[in-house]
Amino acid sequence: MDLTLRIWRQRNAGEPGAMTTYRVTGISEDMSFLEMLDHLNEELILAGDEPVAFDHDCREGICGACGMVINGQAHGPERTTTCQLHMRHFADGDTIDVEPWRAAAFPVVKDLVVDRSAFDRIIGSGGYVSAPTGSAPDAHATPVPKPVADLAFEHAECIGCGACVAACPNGSAMLFTSAKVVHLNVLPQGAPERESRVLDMVETMDDQGFGGCTNTGECAVACPKGIPLTAIGAMNREYLRATLKGGRRR
Amino acid sequence: MSDTSDYTHYTAGEPVTDAAAPAGPIAERWDRRRFEARLVNPANRRKHTVIVVGTGLAGGAAGATLAEQGYHVVQFCYQDSPRRAHSIAAQGGINAAKNYRNDGDSVHRLFYDTVKGGDFRARESNVHRLAQVSVEIIDQCVAQGVPFAREYGGLLDTRSFGGVQVSRTFYARGQTGQQLLLGAYQALSRQIDAGNVEMHARTEMLDLIVVDGRARGIVARDLITGAVSTYVADAVVLASGGYGNVFYLSTNAKNSNATAIWRAHRRGAYFANPCFTQIHPTCIPRSGDHQSKLTLMSESLRNDGRIWVPKAKGDTRPPAAIPEDERDYYLERIYPSFGNLVPRDIASRAAKNVCDEGRGVGPGGQGVYLDFAEAIARMGRKAVEAKYGNLFEMYERITAENPYEVPMRIYPAIHYTMGGLWVDYDLQTTVPGLFAIGEANFSDHGANRLGASALMQGLADGYFVLPSTINDFLARHPHDAVPGDHPAVTGAVAGVTDRLARLLANDGDRTPDSFHRELGELLWDECGMARTETGLRKALGRIPALREEFWRRIKVPGTGEELNQSLEKANRIVDYLELAELMCLDALHRTESCGGHFREESATPEGEAARKDEEFSYAAAWEFTGTGSAPVLHKESLTFEYVHPTQRSYA
Amino acid sequence: MALATRTDRPPSLIGSVWRSTVGKKAVMAVTGMIMLAYLVAHVVGNLKVFFGAGEFNHYGHWIRTVGEPFLHYEWFLWMARAALGTAVVLHGVAAYQLSRRDLAARPQKYARKRQRASYATRTMRWGGVILGLFIVWHVLDLTTLTVNPNAEEGRPYENLVASLDRPAVTAFYIAAMLALGLHIRHGFWSAAQTLGANSARRERVLKFLADALALVLTCGFIAVPVGVLTGVVS
Repeated sequence: MDLTLRIWRQRNAGEPGAMTTYRVTGISEDMSFLEMLDHLNEELILAGDEPVAFDHDCREGICGACGMVINGQAHGPERTTTCQLHMRHFADGDTIDVEPWRAAAFPVVKDLVVDRSAFDRIIGSGGYVSAPTGSAPDAHATPVPKPVADLAFEHAECIGCGACVAACPNGSAMLFTSAKVVHLNVLPQGAPERESRVLDMVETMDDQGFGGCTNTGECAVACPKGIPLTAIGAMNREYLRATLKGGRRR
Repeated sequence: MSDTSDYTHYTAGEPVTDAAAPAGPIAERWDRRRFEARLVNPANRRKHTVIVVGTGLAGGAAGATLAEQGYHVVQFCYQDSPRRAHSIAAQGGINAAKNYRNDGDSVHRLFYDTVKGGDFRARESNVHRLAQVSVEIIDQCVAQGVPFAREYGGLLDTRSFGGVQVSRTFYARGQTGQQLLLGAYQALSRQIDAGNVEMHARTEMLDLIVVDGRARGIVARDLITGAVSTYVADAVVLASGGYGNVFYLSTNAKNSNATAIWRAHRRGAYFANPCFTQIHPTCIPRSGDHQSKLTLMSESLRNDGRIWVPKAKGDTRPPAAIPEDERDYYLERIYPSFGNLVPRDIASRAAKNVCDEGRGVGPGGQGVYLDFAEAIARMGRKAVEAKYGNLFEMYERITAENPYEVPMRIYPAIHYTMGGLWVDYDLQTTVPGLFAIGEANFSDHGANRLGASALMQGLADGYFVLPSTINDFLARHPHDAVPGDHPAVTGAVAGVTDRLARLLANDGDRTPDSFHRELGELLWDECGMARTETGLRKALGRIPALREEFWRRIKVPGTGEELNQSLEKANRIVDYLELAELMCLDALHRTESCGGHFREESATPEGEAARKDEEFSYAAAWEFTGTGSAPVLHKESLTFEYVHPTQRSYA
Repeated sequence: MALATRTDRPPSLIGSVWRSTVGKKAVMAVTGMIMLAYLVAHVVGNLKVFFGAGEFNHYGHWIRTVGEPFLHYEWFLWMARAALGTAVVLHGVAAYQLSRRDLAARPQKYARKRQRASYATRTMRWGGVILGLFIVWHVLDLTTLTVNPNAEEGRPYENLVASLDRPAVTAFYIAAMLALGLHIRHGFWSAAQTLGANSARRERVLKFLADALALVLTCGFIAVPVGVLTGVVS
């Protein structure tokens, strides 16, 4: 198939960017979206142009590196990551708009590459269980009911791609933050730091310049891993509970 | 550039010995080593800086643990976040000799299975330690909040995996690697936040700094600004993963690369068993020339899926139209006791054989069926969905075929590299102060890795082994500063910047990817699932020519002072073009077949791999002498006191 | 050991709640719920207008004497006004601050927009502004009687009818009540989510309650101007 691409090109964080139009031909419907961009880039290099920069790594939908807004939707029309989106979901002759994640907390680095290190800082502020190596009791010392383990897993599936922030009209990181809070706070292993975790992570989230939640639900629609919107409610509950209990305990 | 004949005329140097390995009964060696190792006073640890390159299971775990112990850690990853290292893509699970199932498992059995599974080309002491440590890993990960699958009673669930007959694999649906990595990443993040780890994301190591024979730092490039900087330390740990991407098409992440280990090799670290590469039997077949990477389907699928091809050659009927008696469930037929659960190398080769016979299915005949019809009939669709739902979804997304209705098509693909930097029992390379952990080293899997053992090894090295053994080195080497203008430092920087400048200045007419593809195809054909002397010699003839062509025709747009992904790629290919040559030479010199290394000249009458223990019971550690010039072979002979080498039989 | 331990004193409860987006949202949720509870009482009172001037004016008088003899005349009313006023101000200030933050967090729009998930969510901001303006008008009209054409102290029924006899006022009144319905519809469910009362199980119940409350309140309030318009109330 032949396509028209309108891609955001921006040399670096300091310079302004613009949508630039490209034509690509001979696209196979079995190609992934990134393979289609590879194809474009090979042509650009040979033509003496600079290829389009985009983040990608595992191309299996699990590392969370890739992500672009395709036709106004984070990761495009399918509920998956960009690397797992295939060209069979487009039609010959389509015009496709490709833009980077837009959020103040995710500044553009180049073209479609953005800086998501704010996520790492949120995790660093409390998204862990303090269990230094060697300090662990036997794995069976604390049984965890299966529904609880499953609930934790469901929230631990987050790949940190940032689609939730990109899709949110407020650039909010509530779904990302809440996924980690719920994962760890429902488990017995996470209980000792339950209060400090949610308070610290919310504080860091705010400090990073993400917007607040207005419960539009766009994040959960865009999430390639299906993190549920109820995670945000659960985090709010944890936050209020921690606040009412008098805050940080350490 | 030298011609093939020169390169293949390698010389044999002094044998290499593992001086760090303790003697005594195997079960006591690790305790003994830990006791004999010197310690660094906790108050003095802060003064020691340790560089860790890579943030996967091994690197992430090591960085977090070393920081917890009080060392100052400076860590690097090329990804935008340490959470994205490719360990995240491991699906199936992690082995541990917990024997929670009471099915006869033990540390000794895991040790035995791993040595046997590695086709007797691994070091016994290391493997035993791995089996011992495996039980602690599960404890550690559970304490971190890793949401492993659980039974209704609240206890951990396990499943069986290829190559073994006990259920010792712990898992978190099909995302075990992700969950384990996030555990390590979170522990690391905690240390970053506390200021104990200085994290450099989007920064790629491009050379090793060796001062007076000791690894003292690295040269790294900030991928955003292009700035090339040096970082010095008291010890350097490489946790940069394997080199499977040399094949271009592999299950590795697109940016996984061999530059860190290859640069270390060029600086004096021996490279061991480079030809030991693992071909994973259950990958999604390629769909066309545009293919940029291959996607693995977890081996756990073989627990319930049945592998078959049509009995007749060239049978192009849709699978449903092929009656039961015209199907060949070849693994069940040839290996009745292990059936579909034979080790990876055997399953892969069997698939290649049936496809070579012209019985392959799908486009190009490069595929076999993995059929769940029987499992769905036996367990019900719901149970199959609960167990493999996400894998089925992934398959359908990529192929647009519904595996609940049509059998999956699978084909082997490069997945893991057992070879890597040679390390001693302490995981130290032949360059003092340079350690290699996880897939970057060669140590534990011999010629073939068992399923669910990579996660085990990465975490064992990172959480438990390296943090114990590196103490000994640091205690024996009190901190002293390296001057920034030391010739070794400035020389390494100049080498790196010159190479980048050369790539940018060339302005040829071929893209980096076009060279990578060509090299990959050559390797897959001649140094892939089956290798012959003729083929390997052909590859060894072609690689220097390709290298020459690369430097003549490569085209890298843009500059070095910005994010330049083409430059990153091209720079990695420079190293692949040298590594590939060593892989072929290693494969050529090892005229036996063992594990993932199958030389067609060395097969049993049944077509199975035939080892030559008298000649090849050693690890081949190669010493670099110059680009294109013959390396020096140092043999580490392997002795087997506890597991007697036998012909592996899974029949 | 070099493991970090936290030594800084925890900030004050109110300060940390107000500073965080989650806390501020909780303030909006609680104040929203207070106003919602008030509106339920308000609509019940309003409907008494259909039973004639006597009964409606009597109700108006009663409000001022609630709690007697424990409370003095109008004390209850002023307490309620203070609580409501505080709720309105907190709700509005929090909304304003959060909105500014939200707009700053997403400085650049996408070139291509897609259909958003829900209509009600998009109307919260301007709906809130309309309601704020309406409240000001409403108080000036029927509480302080500043802009009321009748402006007779102690005769709320007559004042009401006189005010709603103006078609422009009626139109504004109805428009504001429609905005109110949308605001409640999203706001109620949103408040439940913000206060953590939401869960996968309760989702449907909460959505139903939100719809029901929005519908009942909107219809209830609109019934009065419609009644005046049609002459049922005069």
